[in-house]
Amino acid sequence: MKPAPFDYHAARTVEEAVALLAEYADRDGRIIAGGQSFVPMMAFRLARPSHVIDINGIAALGRLAVEGEVLRIGAVVRHAALETLGCAGVLGRLLSQMARLIAHKPIRNRGTFCGSIVNADPAAEWCLAAVTLGAEIVAQSVREIRVLGADGFFTGAMTTTLAPDELVTECRIPLLRDGTRFGFDEVSRRAGDFAMAAALATYRVEDGRIVEPRIGVGGVEPCPKRIAAAEARLAGAAPDHRLFAAAASEAAAAVEPMDDGEASRGYRQRLVRAVVTRALERSLS
Amino acid sequence: MSQKLEVKLTVNGRDYVLSLEPRWTLADVLREHCGLTGTHLGCEHGVCGACTVMIDGQAVRSCLMFAVQAQGKAIVTVEGLAGPGGELHPLQQAFIDHHALQCGFCTPGFLMLAHATLLESPDIDDEALIDILASNLCRCTGYKNILAAVKTAAAVMKARRRQP
Ligand SMILES: Cc1cc2nc3c(=O)[nH]c(=O)nc-3n(C[C@H](O)[C@H](O)[C@H](O)COP(=O)(O)OP(=O)(O)OC[C@H]3O[C@@H](n4cnc5c(N)ncnc54)[C@H](O)[C@@H]3O)c2cc1C
Ligand code: FES
Ligand code: FES
Repeated sequence: MKPAPFDYHAARTVEEAVALLAEYADRDGRIIAGGQSFVPMMAFRLARPSHVIDINGIAALGRLAVEGEVLRIGAVVRHAALETLGCAGVLGRLLSQMARLIAHKPIRNRGTFCGSIVNADPAAEWCLAAVTLGAEIVAQSVREIRVLGADGFFTGAMTTTLAPDELVTECRIPLLRDGTRFGFDEVSRRAGDFAMAAALATYRVEDGRIVEPRIGVGGVEPCPKRIAAAEARLAGAAPDHRLFAAAASEAAAAVEPMDDGEASRGYRQRLVRAVVTRALERSLS
Repeated sequence: MSQKLEVKLTVNGRDYVLSLEPRWTLADVLREHCGLTGTHLGCEHGVCGACTVMIDGQAVRSCLMFAVQAQGKAIVTVEGLAGPGGELHPLQQAFIDHHALQCGFCTPGFLMLAHATLLESPDIDDEALIDILASNLCRCTGYKNILAAVKTAAAVMKARRRQP
């Protein structure tokens, strides 16, 4: 199908974009970033915005840089830029591995990190990364600038605490210390599809023991989440296959999976065990 | 009632000045307003890749972009692949030689995907190429012949570049 009619505004600055949002948000005026989720929703008429505010021409939002201890990702930074990220050390390597599993290259050439965060698909790789790694989301309106923790930002499938008149200008992810080990794994039906379950694991090893373990699971519940029980199992223990299997069992027991056409509750539960195990095993290589 | 904008698009090096509703996707405008029907529409929601074109050297889905957003950018469609005298691009010739198409519906999308890929990574390895070709759907040929065609074209293009 074809999108319904709308008025188009090409914003040149952040100030202009938030002013347009302030004017049109209550008449369903919406931002377009990469358009890789929004345009399909408009084509299906699941979205019928009256006004579309394009932020692609705002040069300041194309910023992708390490500053202090964080990686700052501007609102029009594409998935493809993260795929080939040459900076940010361990975090950079982790993000570029994850990026390769998002959709396909032509979609990654347009889709943005921040757009994926706002879109809040339960299975989005970036939402999982944001929650697991403790990212911050910067939301600007004519009223104020808010800095929101990713933990708590997602309130359900495709829903967040962002107000309709707010523009996400950037996301910030804390860098990972040198020597941090990580692993990511997901299962989807076809290459490029959204995952039915995904897991991200990071930790460091000190004196042969795991410190600061983080285990996040996505695509399973309406929002990605960290699994405290699995992290507790890992903390202070020596990394080995038996420990990883035990942590994966904790993770599978701690989720309440969605049941949909893609995968049943029971299947997703088994997938959680598999992806957490594999993510941890990959951290060794 | 609905807004109309004057939009200038540069497609295959030629300028088109058009009066467009912003809701028209680039794919629709290429086909309906520029008369360039080589760009195909399969799914209209980003899944099949039949609508793939090249924008500023990168492959994108033209069904997931509005034409107004493509102003000031260099758009290349399948019509822009052949030489000025109609001589086929190495990719086009290789697709014929390797029987990489049957009905041909998906072909323009695969050609533009492969074209952008080889411009960016002329030495792409098999694994990466297979991953890229999985971006688009072909329901006729299977992918073996498409893969063979793109590899042959890559070799031909490389040999040509080496010639003085
Ligand atoms: C075939 C296909 C497969 C895909 N597979 C995957 C996948 O495997 N994993 C995955 O994570 N994604 C996948 N995607 C989605 C893709 O990653 C999108 O790029 C992403 O979900 C949205 O980012 P965008 O920049 O395209 O946002 P848009 O589509 O432009 O916008 C999405 C929503 O966010 C809002 N928005 C965007 N940016 C901002 C901002 N800065 N401030 C406020 N609001 C904003 C828009 O108003 C809209 O509501 C797939 C898409 C397709 C078409
Ligand atoms: S028509 Fe654009 S991806 Fe199918
Ligand atoms: S040749 Fe028929 S769909 Fe590919």
